Amino acid sequence: MSHHDSHGMNLVLHVWRQKGPNEPGKLEQYEAKNVSPDQSFLEMLDEVNEQLIKTGGDPIAFDHDCREGICGMCSQVINGVPHGGQERTTVCQLHMRNFKDGDTIYIEPWKAKAFPIQRDLIVDRTALDKISQAGGYTSAHTGGVADGNAILVPKPSADYAMDAAECIGCGACVAACPNGSAMLYTSAKVAQLAELPQGQAEAAKRVCNMVDALQENGFGNCSNHYECQAACPKGISVKFIARLNREYQKALFK
Amino acid sequence: MILDGKCPKGPIQTSWDRHRFDLKLVNPANKRKYKIIMVGTGLAGGAGAASLGELGYNVEAFCYQDSARRAHSIAAQGGINAAKNYPNDGDSIYRLFYDTIKGGDFRAREADVWRLAQVSNNIIDQCVAQGVPFARDYAGYLDNRSFGGAQVSRTFFARGQTGQQLLLGAYSALSRQVNAGTVKMFPRCEMLDLVVVDGEAKGITVRDLITGEVRVHTADAVVLATGGYVNVFYLSTNAMGCSVTAAWKAHKKGAFFANPCYTQIHPTCIPQSGDHQSKLTLMSESLRNDGRCWAPKKKGDNRHPNDIPEEERDYYLERKYPSFGNLAPRDIASRAAKEQCDDGRGVGPGGRGVNLDFSAAIKRVGENTIRERYGNLFEMYEKITDENAYKQPMRMYPAPHYSMGGLWVDYNCESNVPGLFVLGEANFSVHGANRLGASALMQGLADGYFVIPYTIANYLAKTKPGAVTADHPECKKSVEDVLANQKKLLSINGKKTVSEFHRELGKIMWEDVGMARSEETLKDALKKIPVLREEFWKNVKVTGSGAELNQQLENAGRVADFLEFGELMTRDALHRNESCGGHFRVEHQMPDGEAKRDDENYCYVGAWEFKGVDKEPELHKEPLTFENVHLAVRSYK
Ligand SMILES: Cc1cc2nc3c(=O)[nH]c(=O)nc-3n(C[C@H](O)[C@H](O)[C@H](O)COP(=O)(O)OP(=O)(O)OC[C@H]3O[C@@H](n4cnc5c(N)ncnc54)[C@H](O)[C@@H]3O)c2cc1C
Ligand code: SF4
Ligand code: FES
Repeated sequence: MSHHDSHGMNLVLHVWRQKGPNEPGKLEQYEAKNVSPDQSFLEMLDEVNEQLIKTGGDPIAFDHDCREGICGMCSQVINGVPHGGQERTTVCQLHMRNFKDGDTIYIEPWKAKAFPIQRDLIVDRTALDKISQAGGYTSAHTGGVADGNAILVPKPSADYAMDAAECIGCGACVAACPNGSAMLYTSAKVAQLAELPQGQAEAAKRVCNMVDALQENGFGNCSNHYECQAACPKGISVKFIARLNREYQKALFK
Repeated sequence: MILDGKCPKGPIQTSWDRHRFDLKLVNPANKRKYKIIMVGTGLAGGAGAASLGELGYNVEAFCYQDSARRAHSIAAQGGINAAKNYPNDGDSIYRLFYDTIKGGDFRAREADVWRLAQVSNNIIDQCVAQGVPFARDYAGYLDNRSFGGAQVSRTFFARGQTGQQLLLGAYSALSRQVNAGTVKMFPRCEMLDLVVVDGEAKGITVRDLITGEVRVHTADAVVLATGGYVNVFYLSTNAMGCSVTAAWKAHKKGAFFANPCYTQIHPTCIPQSGDHQSKLTLMSESLRNDGRCWAPKKKGDNRHPNDIPEEERDYYLERKYPSFGNLAPRDIASRAAKEQCDDGRGVGPGGRGVNLDFSAAIKRVGENTIRERYGNLFEMYEKITDENAYKQPMRMYPAPHYSMGGLWVDYNCESNVPGLFVLGEANFSVHGANRLGASALMQGLADGYFVIPYTIANYLAKTKPGAVTADHPECKKSVEDVLANQKKLLSINGKKTVSEFHRELGKIMWEDVGMARSEETLKDALKKIPVLREEFWKNVKVTGSGAELNQQLENAGRVADFLEFGELMTRDALHRNESCGGHFRVEHQMPDGEAKRDDENYCYVGAWEFKGVDKEPELHKEPLTFENVHLAVRSYK
């Protein structure tokens, strides 16, 4: 059984501390002691916070909720990489067995123009919601829709749509992009709905509205660096960006 | 008081249709004059807020996360039931109704369950229209699988992320309404009190989690869709922020709490690895379609599972329940797993685990098919345990997962406080004493898309819009109370952290009010909880201030409520001197260890009325009658 014996690690953390959106921020140093390799990264931070509280310090604020890689709440740049650089892994799923005793770890919030820092590692991501509100839906009113099997969706299309729909809206793609673009996030929704028969009717309007919303909400342009795909914890592919571009061209020439 | 669920009389098949006809309507032109508060944007609240917005009501929706899309519904993996009978394997509305009543061990209302089964089919249609990418077969038709407690394939799924996809569907509908201006979203806002004016729900007091501002929002009706309370156990499969707070505050303002002792312990969760553990991760029980549960026959057998020969393995579910085998309902599967471990035949750290083995399925259909079905689950398992489940069995142990109990509501999803409606996991309505797999998503969406849009009109039609405004004395008092409570928490400056208290409470609840409960353990818990609560209010340490983003303060409020709620849950478990579904009193079991119900004395919903902290609550009963399903011993043999 590959269960690890607990041999505690000692780590040095440099954590971004900032009281509020308009306050100055800086990295501060903490020690994490006797960390078990089976602990998750956030559980390691929990421990640091417990010690801070007990010694009258100010615990580190960070976003998290499901702690199983699906809600998209957790958002930390670890050693310069959003979510810490393990393939297809959110911060909350990152385990301490990926670090070694004596490591120094830098922990910072998402940094992007569209995501103002609220406190410490917590940022404001409502700009992503605004993009969805601009067109990330089919206009199906509750009730009065056809039987589920009346719309046939070939399995490859269903699979393609599902690949795109796996986006958890975390914003790591934006944080990773040198331009602070939310193109990967936006393209995933555009591609999902453009691929499905249900989304066809509004495809042109959708892509135009969502692309406009990108600009209006402080996101930068996409210049094909593809850092987004590398940082994405759900493996959302840049092929969806190509799809968005095609859908956008189609819409313009309509 | 004898409670009345106000179910329609007459033949059940037409009960919902007749009831809908009898409900009052709000004139289309008047709808926008009515303001509705929706607390929660999970499947129930998201679907409800979107649908009410579409109808033209003026909706304000709240959630504690930074976006509506992050409600804990997002974490549901396995699937959602519907009585479509697409596979032609004998399903029907009646069968789904029957299975749900029976699965709930005859502790739910027939009429509510019938309606759920009836609208289940509309849900699938609605989600497909939204673009939810359900699994399809090669011809393009919707695919189904079978799920715990059912002998038909009625579960629809989107890989292992069904909850995510359904929630994103509801979120998209909600986003459309935000864009249309009918719904206003208030993320990162936590409800901390219900405002009741002249006996009716007219608003909520919230704390803005970013600025710390405490303020009141008034409305013509309030809907709670705030999820479940199993974080009372500290370790559970729920998200870290899930709490009983919204429901508990409503309870303290007069709403009855029904069947709080009905909690579900899910059989397939990744076992705890150490004391640092902050939550437990569920592995969808759809895995039991292809995985076989076993424990070594020999006690203390610590060989690698692959080295234990076939004849030395006990496939205990297949042995005990030949017709359902590995698909036995959750309560049964959980207790069976615990039995193996209690018997000294558990595997992994501390012997708290059983094997879930895929080798036979991989041999049968190939690793690729298994990867296609459960790839993300296997990945998640490996991330947490560092073990490859394609090569060796997963280790599983039961964990608190779902709350069947919740605020009492009538057939209209309205609580006993007029104007207060409760949807989804937060109410108690359809799952009785045990919920079947893939039916919580169904209930959330049924309540949100297809029940509340009709039933709330019946209340609103009788009220004058905008009757209460924020300057009402009750509103002011509510804000003052919330601020006073907050101030108290911040001023204690004791020695123990909020998490330490939560852990201690969780330990009491798990050991004394968990999977197996007895009069003795329950009485013990009733002594321990008030002591812990008293210590909390003397010795908790919450740093920082109220007028800023303060996660410790948020947590302290939630744990304070759990410390009160835990006692009610225990009291309910003690009063219910029978076993049923997820409520297992060791004194009441069949010779073979199955739950033994006492229909003569306990065939009712137990709804508690708050009388004050440290005061005994008052029990009200709603008798349950079964006219369409024969009240029988639940058997899965
Ligand atoms: C890991 C896991 C897997 C599951 N798998 C399945 C499955 O396969 N099939 C199935 O049918 N069911 C499944 N379930 C159960 C199902 O997911 C839930 O019961 C259901 O999604 C609950 O939906 P809800 O809308 O009632 O609540 P939630 O989705 O929990 O939403 C609660 C909402 O209320 C808000 N809220 C709570 N308190 C407050 C407050 N005080 N102030 C403001 N807002 C508040 C939250 O922000 C959130 O928006 C699973 C559950 C878990 C935990
Ligand atoms: S595309 Fe990937 S990185 Fe970007 S929001 Fe979605 S899941 Fe996160
Ligand atoms: S906390 Fe939910 S994805 Fe990390």
